[in-house]
Amino acid sequence: MSDATVELEVQTHSIVTRLAHWTMALAMLIMIGSGWRIYDSEPIFEFLHFPYWATLGGDVGAALARNNDPGVAGALLWHFAAMWLLAFSYFVFMAWGLFTGHFRKDFLPVGPISFLRDFIAAATFKLEHKLGEYNAVQKVFYLGVLALVLLMLISGIAIWKPVQTYPLETLFGGFQGARIVHFLGMAGIVGFMLVHVALVILVPKTFVAMVLGRATAKPHAVQEKRA
Amino acid sequence: MNVHRRGLLRAGFSLSTLGVLGGCNLTDNETVQKVLTRVSRFNDGVQQAIFREGALAPEFAESQAVKQFRYNAWYGADQAPKLSASDYRLSLSGQIADKRPWTVEELYRLPQVSQVTRHVCVEGWSMIGKWSGAPLREFLLRIGADTSAKYVGFECADGYYEGLDMPTAMHPQTMMAFKLSDEILPTQYGFPFKIRVPTKLGFKNPKYITTLYVTNQEPRGFWSDRGYNWFSGI
Repeated sequence: MSDATVELEVQTHSIVTRLAHWTMALAMLIMIGSGWRIYDSEPIFEFLHFPYWATLGGDVGAALARNNDPGVAGALLWHFAAMWLLAFSYFVFMAWGLFTGHFRKDFLPVGPISFLRDFIAAATFKLEHKLGEYNAVQKVFYLGVLALVLLMLISGIAIWKPVQTYPLETLFGGFQGARIVHFLGMAGIVGFMLVHVALVILVPKTFVAMVLGRATAKPHAVQEKRA
Repeated sequence: MNVHRRGLLRAGFSLSTLGVLGGCNLTDNETVQKVLTRVSRFNDGVQQAIFREGALAPEFAESQAVKQFRYNAWYGADQAPKLSASDYRLSLSGQIADKRPWTVEELYRLPQVSQVTRHVCVEGWSMIGKWSGAPLREFLLRIGADTSAKYVGFECADGYYEGLDMPTAMHPQTMMAFKLSDEILPTQYGFPFKIRVPTKLGFKNPKYITTLYVTNQEPRGFWSDRGYNWFSGI
């Protein structure tokens, strides 16, 4: 079988998608790191503190010496700066995905049956990754994390401005409820990121496509035959 | 094999990126501080723009008010300044027509209202309390404050200092709180009075007020001098 007869798998990402993707990724890392520092100053769950080294917000010892500040000022500055970056890149990503048909074409259709089928296949390591094509588990993951970011933005606004946006907080069962939702949303996004990065490490060409805009691969069946 | 090695390299790279982000140096870097402070100033403007004078902070049922309110300051409750009711005077300065100082007795004779509102701390905790006192708006009008000025500032007996934008100072729920849970404000909560601002974070609610002034220059704040956002509306 000659290469000419083999149709390559191709993955492409537009420049808008790539820029918005990496900006969102950076903004999320800043939001998570600073959010963990803010959380630590008043933990929701007594048993859960985030390790200092994993948080963002400057040297607490230095802040104490300089300002007599126990240390969330820096984290808050990061959090309320990166929120604009996240909101902006999310808006661009969503608008582009919706209006160019990217979401409709690549994230749909998806339903519980195809999700279950692909989930079982993935769990038993039988799911083949086809470059440029998303399986049902991926579709649900991507749609899910996009929904989670929206949830973070709304619950975040409810926490940041509970009076000016009242009764927004009642959607989450009050101000403290909004804090819990904001925390759970973060946990969901961190979970997504771990799986997402692990899978990218397994299929590095997806990383190439998200950086350079295009990557190709020979279909798995052909690769196996040639090996 | 090659694929895996590249993957590991990449994972290592992103971990070290995280490390740089989380590191102390980045936040404390002068340029980063400058940019972050500028965004915080931008956020002051955004908050000013979305602040609605008619929007009231939610009020709660009296039964929801906490009796044992959480004490909060950068020093212990036993170090809170004990002001003497007979010696105390509230000084007035700045753009105010009648700068005559006020005694506790005079202050407490002002017409009073009560509110059951929520105190929201910048750290994330919140607590509902019942406060009673004189609306700051009424007091400012009574002393002939120039309410076209931009700010009202406060100096406190414990060395604390804060300031409010005029729209917040004139907000119907902003009050000089003389009582907490129907009792004269105990020492650790700010005797003889604190400024209760349900539309601001807790640290914008100064206690032990000794001086009140009206100005067009943005008053400094104890915690905003330490990196926290100045406007800090909620």
